[in-house]
Amino acid sequence: MKGLAPIAAVVAVLAAVPLVVHSNATLNFLVVALMIALAGQGWNILGGYAGQYSFGHAAFFGTGAYATAILQVRYGVNAWIGFGAGIAAGAALGGIIGALTFRSGLRGSYFALVTLAFAEVLRIIASVAPITGAGVGTLINLDLGARAFQFQSRAVFYWVILALLGASLVIARVIERSRFGAWLIAVRENEDAAKALGVDARSVKTAAMVVSGATTAAAGCFYAQYFLFVDSGIAYGTWISIEALLTPIIGGVGTVFGPLLGALVVKSLGEGAKLVTGDVPGLDLILYGAVLVLVIWFTPHGLIGGFAQVRGRFARRDARAASSIQEAGHG
Amino acid sequence: MAEPLLVVDRVTHRFGGLLAVNAASLTAHEGRITALIGPNGAGKTTLFSIISGFLTPDEGDIRYAGEVITGEPPHRLARRGIARTFQIVQPFAGLTVRENILVGAHLHHGRRAAALAAAEEVGRNVGLSDLLDRPASTLTVAGRKRLELARALAIEPKLLLLDEVLAGLNPSEIRDIVPVIRGLCARGITIMMIEHVMQAVMSLAEHVFVLAEGRVIAEGAPVQVAADPVVIEAYLGHGAAAKLRASHGY
Repeated sequence: MKGLAPIAAVVAVLAAVPLVVHSNATLNFLVVALMIALAGQGWNILGGYAGQYSFGHAAFFGTGAYATAILQVRYGVNAWIGFGAGIAAGAALGGIIGALTFRSGLRGSYFALVTLAFAEVLRIIASVAPITGAGVGTLINLDLGARAFQFQSRAVFYWVILALLGASLVIARVIERSRFGAWLIAVRENEDAAKALGVDARSVKTAAMVVSGATTAAAGCFYAQYFLFVDSGIAYGTWISIEALLTPIIGGVGTVFGPLLGALVVKSLGEGAKLVTGDVPGLDLILYGAVLVLVIWFTPHGLIGGFAQVRGRFARRDARAASSIQEAGHG
Repeated sequence: MAEPLLVVDRVTHRFGGLLAVNAASLTAHEGRITALIGPNGAGKTTLFSIISGFLTPDEGDIRYAGEVITGEPPHRLARRGIARTFQIVQPFAGLTVRENILVGAHLHHGRRAAALAAAEEVGRNVGLSDLLDRPASTLTVAGRKRLELARALAIEPKLLLLDEVLAGLNPSEIRDIVPVIRGLCARGITIMMIEHVMQAVMSLAEHVFVLAEGRVIAEGAPVQVAADPVVIEAYLGHGAAAKLRASHGY
C-alpha cells in the first residue's frame, strides 16, 4: 500500500535511537513523548478525521491503565492479557460513550462537554471505589521479566511503545485511504451533506470512537506497565485529556504524523521550561497554553499544515519566477 | 399503468404553528423530468427534505418504487437510490473536487481505486474534469452547483432531487448545464427539480406541479400550467406568463 513507506522510515529512525543514546533520562523522556503521541493519535482519529473534539480522552487512557493494573493485581491475570483487555475495555467504552452521545445528536461543544463529564465521573468513581484502590491507587508488584511485561532496560520499553505507536500510524494511514476514512472526513466537513450521500453518520462516528478509545487506552495500558502505579488523578486526570488533544492540534490535526510531531514538540518545550526555571509547578501548562495560542494563530492546521503552507508559498513563488522568466524570454 | 417511481401522498408538515406543507400530493414517473415550482416559502424545499428523509412528515406517506419509505433516515434512502442536491450548496469545503465526489462514489465502490475511477468519470460527465484537484472552496457558484450535482450522481441514483441547481447562474452558464440535466434523464435517471428559472422548466420538464402556501394548486404539462390563471395569479404574474406564451408560441 502506498503511504506506508514514510511510516516505515520514521519508525526505523526512531528505533535506532537507543543504539546511540544511552542516557536513561533521555530515553525516559522519549518513552513518555511516544506514549503521549499514542494517546494523541487516538484523539486524532476521532477529532482530526471525524471532527468530533473530545475533552475527555482521559476516560480511555484511565480505563486502559486501570484495567491492566487491576486485572494483574486483584485477579492475577497475566500482564500481556491484561494489556490486551485494557485496549478492549477502551474500545468498549468508546462504543458506549459514542452510542450514547451520537444517538442524542450531540455535536460540537456539547459533545466536548459530555466527554469531559464522562472522564470526570470516572475519575471521581475511581477515587472512591475499593476496586481501584480508591485514594491510595493501585501498585503493580515488581516482577521483572518479559512474561510479566516488565523490563529492566528502558530501551526495551522504548521499543515496545514505538511498536505500539507504529501500529497506530499504520492504522491512521489505512483509515485515511479507506472508504471508512472518506466517510469520517465527510462527516467532519458537513454532516448533512454526508448523510445525503448515504453515509450513516452516527455509526461512522461511533466506529471512530471505538478505534479512538482503543488507541488511547493502549497508551494508558503502557503507562501502567511502565510506571507500575495508577491512581485516579493520573489515570483519569485532565492532564492526559489536554495532552491527548494538544499534541495533534499542535502537530497537525487530521494528519498521520501530527500527534507524533506535536508530542515531541510539546514535551521538549515542557522539559526545556523545567531546565530553565526549575520545577515550578504549573509552568509547563502555561507554556502549553502559550504554544497552543501561537500555533493556532499562525498555522491553524498545526505544524504540518504550516510546513505545507510555506512549501506552497515557495512553490507559487518559483512558478511566478519561472513564468516571468518565460515572459522575459518571449519579450 | 405501473405506479410512478415516487408518490407523495397527502403529505403535511408543520414547523410549530406554521403549516409548511398542507396535504400535498405529487408523483414522479420513471425516466421523466418533473418540475416543482411555486413562490418562495411555498414549501418546495421542505417537501424535498421530507422525500429525502431529512424531515419526517406529520401526516401522509411517501412511496418509492412501490414501498412506503416515510421516516427512513437519509443515508438509507440514498442507498435505495434517492439523491438530492441542496439549494444552499454544501460542499466539503476543505476537500478537493475529486475528494468531494469520491465520498459519494464510495457508496457503491468499497475499494478506493474503483471509487476514484468512478468519481473521475462522474466529474467528466458534469464538466468538472479540469477542476478535479482544485479545493472545493475555490470554485465559482456555477462550479459549486456542478459539484453538488456530481456528488449526487456519484451515488448512482435512480431518483435525483435537484433543488434550484440553476439559481445564481448567468444565462450562458444555464445554457451549459441544461443539456447536462437532459443527458441524465436520457440515461434513465428520474429527475424531480425545484426551479425558478421558468425558461428552463418549460424546456426540460414533461410535467409540472405548482405549490403555493403548502398546497398543490395546479399540475400538468408546462405550457398548460403556464397558461393557468390560478398559477399566473399565485406565482408567475401576468407579464412573465405573457413572455412565456410568446416564446413558446402559445
